[in-house]
Amino acid sequence: MTTTETTPSGIEQGQVLLEAKNLKKYFPVTKGLLISKVTGHIKAVDDISFELRAGETLGIVGESGCGKSTTAKMMLMLEEPTDGSILFKGDDVHHGASSVRRDYRSSVQAVFQDPWSSLNPRMRVKDIIAEPMVINWDITKAEQQDRVMKLLNDVGLNEYHSNLFPHEFSGGQRQRLAIARALALNPSVIVLDEPVSALDVSIRAQIMNLLKDLQQEYKVAYMLIAHDLATVRYMCTWVAVMYLGQVVELSPVQELYNNPSHPYTKALMSAALPSHPDTEQEEIILQGEVPSPLNPPAGCYFHPRCPAAMDHCAVDKPEVKEIAEGHTLTCHLF
Amino acid sequence: MVTADTRINTETVLSVEDLRTHFTTRWGTVKAVDGISFDLRKGETLGIVGESGCGKSVTMLSLMRLIPTPPGRIVSGKIILDGEDIVPIDEQEMAQIRGSKIALIIQDPMTSLNPVFSIGDQVEEAIKIHQDIPKTSIVDRALEVLRKVNIPAAETRVKDYPHQMSGGMRQRVVGAIGISCQPQVLIADEPTTSLDVTIQAQYLKLLKDIQKDSDLSIIFITHDFGIVAKMCDRVAVMYAGRIVEHGSVRDIFNKPSHPYTEALLASVPRMDRVVDRLFSIEGQPPPLHDLPVGCAFADRCPVVMDKCRDEYPEIKAVSDGHTAACWKVE
Repeated sequence: MTTTETTPSGIEQGQVLLEAKNLKKYFPVTKGLLISKVTGHIKAVDDISFELRAGETLGIVGESGCGKSTTAKMMLMLEEPTDGSILFKGDDVHHGASSVRRDYRSSVQAVFQDPWSSLNPRMRVKDIIAEPMVINWDITKAEQQDRVMKLLNDVGLNEYHSNLFPHEFSGGQRQRLAIARALALNPSVIVLDEPVSALDVSIRAQIMNLLKDLQQEYKVAYMLIAHDLATVRYMCTWVAVMYLGQVVELSPVQELYNNPSHPYTKALMSAALPSHPDTEQEEIILQGEVPSPLNPPAGCYFHPRCPAAMDHCAVDKPEVKEIAEGHTLTCHLF
Repeated sequence: MVTADTRINTETVLSVEDLRTHFTTRWGTVKAVDGISFDLRKGETLGIVGESGCGKSVTMLSLMRLIPTPPGRIVSGKIILDGEDIVPIDEQEMAQIRGSKIALIIQDPMTSLNPVFSIGDQVEEAIKIHQDIPKTSIVDRALEVLRKVNIPAAETRVKDYPHQMSGGMRQRVVGAIGISCQPQVLIADEPTTSLDVTIQAQYLKLLKDIQKDSDLSIIFITHDFGIVAKMCDRVAVMYAGRIVEHGSVRDIFNKPSHPYTEALLASVPRMDRVVDRLFSIEGQPPPLHDLPVGCAFADRCPVVMDKCRDEYPEIKAVSDGHTAACWKVE
């Protein structure tokens, strides 16, 4: 792949396309029915920053409750950040001109986890795929039809499928439909929220290969939300590991798997299931469970479960440090 | 290198012979399980792997005699548990066996616990039914099993209701109910799919520890080869209601002999190395009410022959203790 190829956004492959800066999302917790009073905040996402480069894939991994889905929702503008900003091609999406926002909404699309609930059961396939074009583009019906057929072919379905309803498809095929709809507007970013975890093993490989092929063809960047480390290794160029609303480690994919450095990343890797019965794994069983984001621990959020915790981890918040090119983490050990 | 595992002795606790469970539906007879046989030895873990609709859950329900009748029925075959065939016995006798000799942990701890009873009550219930002991010993025994599954502060948590516990804790309670009457066979049906990775690791380690303590035999029903690699001694791979390959875990991973097993293993992304492109099996499994005469995998098989479509392959030995149902195997 050459680095001079341009992507749908007009930005060169490998250049920063989308940037999250100090994003925060706090959900208020209220008490009382008539006169409600805010008693605290759930810090779902607490000050995270990352970059997404054109044509590349950023994976966000973490356990449930770590804030990865809230991050995805903010990137899709389905949630308003409490603080921080999202820059798209250098323009602030929330505080900039409305044209930036309009452009952003059609350039960033989504594929969700559950293909049974993300497609309208009362719409025919051709209408589902054409809907984004009807809303955003001023093109004729015939042009829409042509594009629907092309998209169906690209995701491995046939033209006769266009008149069917979603219930007539299997899980894998529905996920293909969802991908076709996401590609309809020729977006520059697709947010993939656990796109294969609801599918059967043999179908997962089909969809993952399809996503990789489409990335080559459409030059689209992916932001992949996942919990499976093997899937992330296969799909991604960059990986961010999240814990309790914070990014604890961010790195190019090979560097992360060859040299996992944050104690939480190490524990996640050791907890992941082996690929072969003879695989040697370091056994790090984390004690306890993820603390409540309503009242996160002082100092480093991971210190109560950290096997390498030191005294000052409970007091001081670790700073972001770079240990290799592009490989950053927040831990007092470094 | 094959090391003799001394933990497993040769005593068979469960033996399934040519089990067939069919369902009558308006589309015809669905042969969900169609002639499977396997043995489970004392202290060993057998993995039953397959995709959805391959019959692994119906196998589990048949072993527990929980097939809803009608529409389902065990048409033929034997399930010999502890020397006794449990297929012909009546429901009353089965109720005695269920829980005390063979127990089940199901996937979703949200629906397998009753929301209106405290967890103490639910653990005690199983003990009360199967063991004729005084009330105070029942309470003690319940506390003991809850401690065994590492519930912190078990004395106070017995009064908790399921909604007050996290998913991992709830699944531990379900495990505690499963082992409360010291069964010989424990069936675990995807017990960790709803849990997070680090909680899953805790739970799998716990199951292994319990197994080591009490010489329990476990059947792991799963679609995940990672769980098989971590937990199982032997593996049965199911496809469209039949076992297509059966062998020790190392045989299956090192020398998969059925094209389906081979393809499945090649289609899983790996943690420990860079994979350029995953192998993907095209197509879908056939509908179970309309199975072909020959091999059910023929349409998706990369090495299909004419013979495969005409006749179902016999189960042949690949090596000692390793069998596959494929015409390719000589």
